[in-house]
Amino acid sequence: MARASTTTDVFNAVAEPRRRQILDLLAGGERSVTELIRVLGLAQPQVSKHLRVLREVGAVEVREDGRRRLYRLNGPALKPIHDWVKDYEAMWSDRFEALDAVLDELQSPQGHKEEDDGHDEER
Amino acid sequence: MAMTKSGSARVTLPAEDQILITREFDAPAELVWKAWTTPELVRRWWHANRGEMTVCDIDLRVGGGWRFAMVAEGGLEVGFHGEYREIVPFERLVSTEVYEGFPDAGAVNTLTLIEVDGRTILRVLVQHELKEHRDMHIASGMEAGLQDALDLMEQVAVSLG
Repeated sequence: MARASTTTDVFNAVAEPRRRQILDLLAGGERSVTELIRVLGLAQPQVSKHLRVLREVGAVEVREDGRRRLYRLNGPALKPIHDWVKDYEAMWSDRFEALDAVLDELQSPQGHKEEDDGHDEER
Repeated sequence: MAMTKSGSARVTLPAEDQILITREFDAPAELVWKAWTTPELVRRWWHANRGEMTVCDIDLRVGGGWRFAMVAEGGLEVGFHGEYREIVPFERLVSTEVYEGFPDAGAVNTLTLIEVDGRTILRVLVQHELKEHRDMHIASGMEAGLQDALDLMEQVAVSLG
């Protein structure tokens, strides 16, 4: 089976790290393909492929400006899914920060001899 | 550049029926496992500061059940339950999960812990039966009143800067 079907899904389009990077760049304003290639440090075919996927799901729009093709973010199409992923990520981030605190406590030298006063961390 | 202790969680959608959550911890795998599977410890982090955990049952054996529930700040109670399928202490835990708001949309969660130099890379792969279930799962986060989490996310992002 061709893999194309998965990339027509906006969830997957946004999930790919490079494509998220492109979306982040476009969030700062319209960019030409040439600029994107330079900033991303990727080969042109790869960048074009990612842009095609993003265009297919409506995440970006393109216009011609002479010989240049300029891409911009299509925010409204993207916002719901972006919010979903960010919210989910934020929830897990908060969960893991709370878990960090638990782990710190499990690792704290309870009952061990105190080699320092324990009050000046990272001075 | 500021060094953070562990950084924020990374969520990706590697396939149309999957969610992958990745995070590194500054602790050995044995302790991460303990914090993940001991009810008194789970109660202290699973709520993600979004409410109070009301149920935390863990019967850690193959075929044993688990159930977590919390009351979110808005008063909404959300519950999750499932069954343990595979248990490799400190390394791998496979369990089923049902969000009780969408009881038809089950998932299989695979927790993997990889310890490197006393630190642990944690991965949770959520495998849904259907893409629609995956999308509902993500949507359910919004139901639980997580919209304001964006602000926290920004704080995390700023702190990473």
